[in-house]
Amino acid sequence: MNRLRAAGPVAFFATLASLPSFNLAHWSINLLIFTLMFAVMSSSWNLVGGFAGYPSLGHAAFFGIGAYAEAIWFSHHSVSSGYEPFLMLPAIGLLAALIGLPIGAVAMRTRADVFAIVTITLLFVVQMFAFNLHSITGGAQGLSIAPAPFPAATYERPFYYVLVGLLALAMAITFAVMRSKVGLSLAALRGDEDKARGIGIRVTGVKLLAFTVSVGLTAMVGAVWAYYEGFIYPQFAVDPLITIAMVLMTFLGGRATLWGPVLGAFILESAQQYLAYRLGGSQVYLIAYALVFLLIMLLLPRGILPTVQDRIRRRRRRQAVDSGSPTRTQPANAAATAGGGQA
Amino acid sequence: MRHVHTLIQGVILGVLTSGVFALMASGQTLIFGIMKVVNLAQGAMVILGAYLSYQLFTSFGLDPFLAIPVTTVIMFVLGVAVQWLFLRPLRKDDRSELSLLITFAVALLIEGVMSITWHTTSRSINTGYANSSWSLFGYQITLVRLWAFLLSLAVLGLLYLLLNHTRFGRAVRATVQNPESAKLLGIEADRVSALGFGLGAATAAAAGSVYGLLYPFNPGSHYDLISKLLSIVILGGLGSVGGAVLGALIASTSSAVVAATVSPAWSEMTFFVILIAILLVRPQGIFGTTVRSA
Repeated sequence: MNRLRAAGPVAFFATLASLPSFNLAHWSINLLIFTLMFAVMSSSWNLVGGFAGYPSLGHAAFFGIGAYAEAIWFSHHSVSSGYEPFLMLPAIGLLAALIGLPIGAVAMRTRADVFAIVTITLLFVVQMFAFNLHSITGGAQGLSIAPAPFPAATYERPFYYVLVGLLALAMAITFAVMRSKVGLSLAALRGDEDKARGIGIRVTGVKLLAFTVSVGLTAMVGAVWAYYEGFIYPQFAVDPLITIAMVLMTFLGGRATLWGPVLGAFILESAQQYLAYRLGGSQVYLIAYALVFLLIMLLLPRGILPTVQDRIRRRRRRQAVDSGSPTRTQPANAAATAGGGQA
Repeated sequence: MRHVHTLIQGVILGVLTSGVFALMASGQTLIFGIMKVVNLAQGAMVILGAYLSYQLFTSFGLDPFLAIPVTTVIMFVLGVAVQWLFLRPLRKDDRSELSLLITFAVALLIEGVMSITWHTTSRSINTGYANSSWSLFGYQITLVRLWAFLLSLAVLGLLYLLLNHTRFGRAVRATVQNPESAKLLGIEADRVSALGFGLGAATAAAAGSVYGLLYPFNPGSHYDLISKLLSIVILGGLGSVGGAVLGALIASTSSAVVAATVSPAWSEMTFFVILIAILLVRPQGIFGTTVRSA
């Protein structure tokens, strides 16, 4: 059983790793790069928004912090082999986590709605800093990073592999969380924070851990994005739409599951690119996106994976009843709840 | 002496501007009080109100202040429709989380529609009296701001009467205090919610007409607005209309003072500093009741 479980991720990452060798067209590998970026970000959002049940709307702020950290560093240091910006990623993730620590400590004093509000205002604060601190961020003119000296034919590949690596990291962290006491604690505090605290779970520590890891990962994606784009402006680096994409993808795939955010990212990012391409990036695109958004929320509020799993489970139970064999009782312990959405 | 003058001028400006923010925020907090929904589309609704009143002014020459009855009715209907179509179907257990996302999507939808209808360039409503001002003891009082302030007060007064002296208002207050008991007493929650959301949208429309007179706006302006509004309603305490008015007064005045004495670029920061401070000291806001269970 365990070996079978491992087959899925191995096949998935083997496919991802081998894709560039098919000499994909530039536009398709570009699409994959953006899909991977969002897969990593939704997976990391899932740690806070899914497992801990704190709907952060401010993650784009950390995406922006990562992007600016990268751009600011490389406006003072030169890029020679082209791989230096990638080597900076762990430092940037750590930096964002450190910045996130006091922010999370203040914001997580509040719950649900108010937490969402606080985090969304955080996003605008960071954007304002990006606009106003001219001497550091370049203000509205933005910053640029020297393009990487990679050969044109395979220019995207290093970015692609780094993102595959980040996705593996994000999913490994998610998996570890689901399998550990941290996951159990998160599930408990998602259910009822006061009771969880009452039975001795170190609520504050656990949710801050989830928050800092989550924003650190998000910032690393921001850094890769800044390097890939080569230039950043405040309104694109700190964009509410980026937050919303992370949230929406996680909701579509299924909150608090391992594969949900990844599935959501693959579906929505391709849909988004298609809509942007067909509708020419005009405002019709915004309307179409909003409508897709509304439909998902109304038709699939729990997400694809939980809905499908529920249906399979129900069918199995019915078959068991029909064939007259006694139903196997579902393992109702907390581990099943914490890992409830493994797919 | 010059510093004192700038300071007082800032206070005057801030107080006059607070009216329009109080109006927007009271709609937002009312919606929260009734439905426990944080309406992220409130800013977009205000901007839509501003565009509607811009259109009425440019097409028919209707003064924005006179346009308010028209725009509020249109937006009331729109608000009821949004509640009926998108928020009513939500199940109760995950309503508060999903409603955040749904209202955000509504904000994007409104933004998209506005960008197509009126394009993305900034607009402003230029009435004949937009730039005239009085001088009082050496302080400038812009006429349009004074009018905006008085008008906002008038609309807030109407809202107060509606909430405190009508059957509907009583139903609303009962729902805010205790939804379960309100239901037991025969108050139809769905209807109160729909009308309440409509009312919130209508105040947004009134505020939009005023806002359009005071500031230039474009379809993306709502992001800027919503972050300020949210700071105000948290400062006042979510669900409290009186708190929203007081929150608007505090936030708007301190922001105007910072703009006058430090720099306009940092004035918006005031809202967020206040927000962080209130969260550290009193997370439920000035008039908020005890922290709701999550």
